[in-house]
Amino acid sequence: MAEVIHPTHGEIHRHEPPKGFIRKYIFSLDHKVIGIQYFFLALFSVLVGLVLSVLMRLQLAWPNQEFGFLKVIFPTAAESGTISPDLYLSLVTMHGTIMVFFVLTTAPQGGFGNYFLPIQIGAADMAFPLLNALSFWTTFLALGVMMMAFFAATNTIGPIGGWTGYAPLSALGERAGPGQGLGVILWISSIGLFCVASLLGALNFITTMLNMRARGMSLMRLPLTCWAWFTTAVLSLLSFPVLLAAAILLIIEHQAGTSFFIPGGEYVSGKLLEEHKGGSPILWQHLFWFFGHPEVYIAILPGMGLTSHILATFARKPVFGYRAMVFAIFAIGLLGFFVWGHHMFMSGMDPRTAIMFSLITLTIGVPSAIKTFNWLGTIWGGQIRFTAPMLYAIGFVSLFVSGGITGLFLGQTSIDIPLHDTYFVVGHFHLIMGVAAIFGIFMGTQFWFPKMFGRMMSESLGKLHFWLTFIGVNCIFIPMHIMGMMGAPRRYSTHYNLQYLSELPPLTHFVSYAAFFTAAVQLIFVVNLFWSMFKGPKASDNPWEATTLEWTIPSPPPHDNFEGIEPEVYRGPYEYSVPGASKDYSMQTEPDEAVRSDG
Amino acid sequence: MARGLTTDVKIKPSGLGGGMRGPNGGDGPDETGSEGPKNWPPGYSRDDAIEPVKYRIGMWVGLASILMLFVSLTSAYIVRQTSGLSDDSDSGRWISIKMPWELWLSTGVLLASSGTFELARRALRRNVYSRFNLLISVTTLLGVAFLGGQVMAWRHLAAQGIYLASNPHSSFFYLLTSLHAIHLIGGLVALICLTVFALRLRIGSRQRNAVEITALYWHFMDGLWIYLFLLLFFWR
Repeated sequence: MAEVIHPTHGEIHRHEPPKGFIRKYIFSLDHKVIGIQYFFLALFSVLVGLVLSVLMRLQLAWPNQEFGFLKVIFPTAAESGTISPDLYLSLVTMHGTIMVFFVLTTAPQGGFGNYFLPIQIGAADMAFPLLNALSFWTTFLALGVMMMAFFAATNTIGPIGGWTGYAPLSALGERAGPGQGLGVILWISSIGLFCVASLLGALNFITTMLNMRARGMSLMRLPLTCWAWFTTAVLSLLSFPVLLAAAILLIIEHQAGTSFFIPGGEYVSGKLLEEHKGGSPILWQHLFWFFGHPEVYIAILPGMGLTSHILATFARKPVFGYRAMVFAIFAIGLLGFFVWGHHMFMSGMDPRTAIMFSLITLTIGVPSAIKTFNWLGTIWGGQIRFTAPMLYAIGFVSLFVSGGITGLFLGQTSIDIPLHDTYFVVGHFHLIMGVAAIFGIFMGTQFWFPKMFGRMMSESLGKLHFWLTFIGVNCIFIPMHIMGMMGAPRRYSTHYNLQYLSELPPLTHFVSYAAFFTAAVQLIFVVNLFWSMFKGPKASDNPWEATTLEWTIPSPPPHDNFEGIEPEVYRGPYEYSVPGASKDYSMQTEPDEAVRSDG
Repeated sequence: MARGLTTDVKIKPSGLGGGMRGPNGGDGPDETGSEGPKNWPPGYSRDDAIEPVKYRIGMWVGLASILMLFVSLTSAYIVRQTSGLSDDSDSGRWISIKMPWELWLSTGVLLASSGTFELARRALRRNVYSRFNLLISVTTLLGVAFLGGQVMAWRHLAAQGIYLASNPHSSFFYLLTSLHAIHLIGGLVALICLTVFALRLRIGSRQRNAVEITALYWHFMDGLWIYLFLLLFFWR
C-alpha cells in the first residue's frame, strides 16, 4: 500500500473524480450521479404510469369502444381493440405500483435527497458510497422485473389485484384470474427487491445525516429538506421490512401452498380450494398497510420539506416556526405508524379498535395544520418573487389542503364505510399523495436544476406548465369526489351499466378530457427539461439568492462538492431579510462580520 | 501503514456520540469543537475520524431494520396461531411440531461462538494476536457448525414428513429459521474474511474496525436466534 499523506484539517483534501465514462456516469459512486440516475429512473416510470392512466380514462369514458391503436400496443391483451375488464384491472395495478414505488418513493428521496442531502450538510459524499450505488442498481433491477410483469400473461398486462395485492386473490395463482400466476410472482419479487433497495438507501441517509455534518451545522441549523429526508429515511427503515416480510410470506404462499393468508373451504372460479386451509386474509392487509400508511408519508414528506425551503427562499423571509416545523415532521412520521387500520374499516374490525385508529388518524390533522399555517405565516408579508418553483410550492400547499381536508372525512368510520370503495377515495389520495408529491418533484426540478445541470430551466415554460397542470389536476380529481358521493365504485372498468349512475357520463367525459389535457401538457415539462439541459442559459452559483450550502459551490458541483475544504457553518438555514445585514440573504457559511453592512 | 494508529483518535464509545458535532442551536463554530476532536493530530483528516463511527451507526441502523422484519413476522406468527380462520381438517389447524433435538445443539454452538467472538475481540484490543487468531478461527468454525446443526434439524423434520406446507407451525418454523440462517450467513462471510486476514497477519485499523462491527452483528444474530427458539418452541 502506498503511503498516503493526509493533510491536517483546514487544508485541502481533494478527491479526484474517477476516469472513464462507465465509472463516471454508469457505475458511479458519486451521490450526485446516483441522484440523477434515480431522477431519470423516476422520469421513465412516471411516463409509463401516465400512459396507463390515460388508457384507463379512455376506457371509463368510452367503455368497450374499439380503438385501432390498442391493437398495436397490446396485440394479445386487446386483440379486438377494446379494453377488457381484466386488462383494465391490470392497468390499475401497474399504474398504482409503478407510481407509488418507482416515482413517489424514488424521485423525492432517492433523487433529490441523494443529490442534495450531503451537499446541504456540508459533506463530500454519502456515508457509504458503494451502498448507495448498490441501492440504486437494486432499484433498477426491481424496475426491470416489474417491466417483465407486463409480459407475464397474454390477456392482461400484469397482475389484476391492484397495487395493494390483497390476499387471497394474490396468492391463488392463475385460478384467481389472468396475470395472477407468473404476473404476481414477478410483481411481488420486484417489490421485495425494491424493499431491500430502500432499506439500503435509508440506512445510508440516516448515517450520513447523523455523522457527516460539517462544523457548525448543528441539528437546528439544518435545512428543513434535510429533516424531511431524514424522517422519510426513518419511516422507510421501519416500514419496508414489514412489506418485505409480507412479500416473503406471499411468495411462499403462492409457490409452496402454505396457509398464511388463504382460508379453507373457499370456492374460487367455481372450484373448491383444497390445498390451503385456515389462513387469515386480514393478516395480509395488516402487514401491507402497516407499510402502506408510512409509505404515504415517505412520498409526501420530502415535498413538505422542499415547500418550506422554497417558500422561505422566494418570500425572502425565514421559515415561520422552524422548530415547530421540525417537530411537526416528526409527529407526522410517528403518528403515521399507528393509523394503518383506517385503510381496513371495511375489512371487518372491532368498532372499539376502529375508534382508536380513527382518533389517531384525525390527530395527524394537528401537525398537518401546524405545517400549513406555518407555510402561510412564512409567505405572510414577504416580498414574494413569483418564480416557477415558488408557484409549484404554493400549488403544493393548495393541493395539500384540498387533498388533506377529505382525509378528515375518510378518517371517520361512519363516513368511510359508504365512501371507501368509491371514487371519493381515488380523488382524495391522488390529490394529496399523487399530485401534491408530484408537485414536490416539479418544484425540486425547477429549483435545483441550475445546480444539477449548470443551466437554468425556462421560467415562462415552467409557469405555463404550472398553471395548466394545476388547473388540469383539479379538473380531474375534484369531480371524482362528487362521483364518489354519487356512489361510483372504484376499480370497475365501466359504470355505464349501473342504472343508479345514469347521470354520470357527462362528468366521466369531463374528467377524461381533463386527464388527456393534463397528460398532454406534461410534454411542456419534458421539453423544458431536455431543452434547458443543453440550451438553457448558464446558471450562476446562486441564481435564486438562497442561503444554504448547495449555493456556495459551483453549478454543477465538482466531484467532491466542496473541493476538499470542509465548510464552516455560522448560522441557520433561512436568514433572509435580516435587519442590519448588507444584503437580504445571509449565507450559512458567512460569519457575522461578513454579513453586517457597517462591518 | 500510515493509518495504523487511527484508533488513537478519541471516539466516544456510544454509537451516536463522535459524529454529533455541536450543541443544538449553538451560537457559532467556536462552541462546537468542545465535543469532537477539533485539532487533528498530524497526518489525520476528518474522514479518518468519522469512519469507525459511521460504520457503527450504520450497523445499528441496519439491525433496527432486521429487527423490524422479525417483529412483523412475529406478529404474523401470533395472528396465525391465535386467530387464523380454522376448520376441522388437520391441514388448516395449528399443530405444534415437536422440536428436533438438534436445535439444542445448534443453540449451544451459537452461544459458544458469541462467547469466543467476544474473547477474540478483547484479545485484539489488548493486541494479543495469537490468541485473537485462534479465537476468531474457532468462532468461524462454530458459526459453520451452527448452520450444520440447522440443516440437520431440517432434515430431521423432513424425515418425519414435516415440510414447509405441512401445517402453519412448520411453515413458520422453516421460514423463520431459514431467514435467520440467511442473515447469519452474511455474518459468517464477514467472519471468514476476518479469519483469512488474521491468519495472514493482515490486521490493520480497518480490520479492527470490522471486528467490532461484525461482533455487534454476530451478537445480534445470537440474541435473535435465542428469541426465535423461544418463540417457536416455548411460547404458548
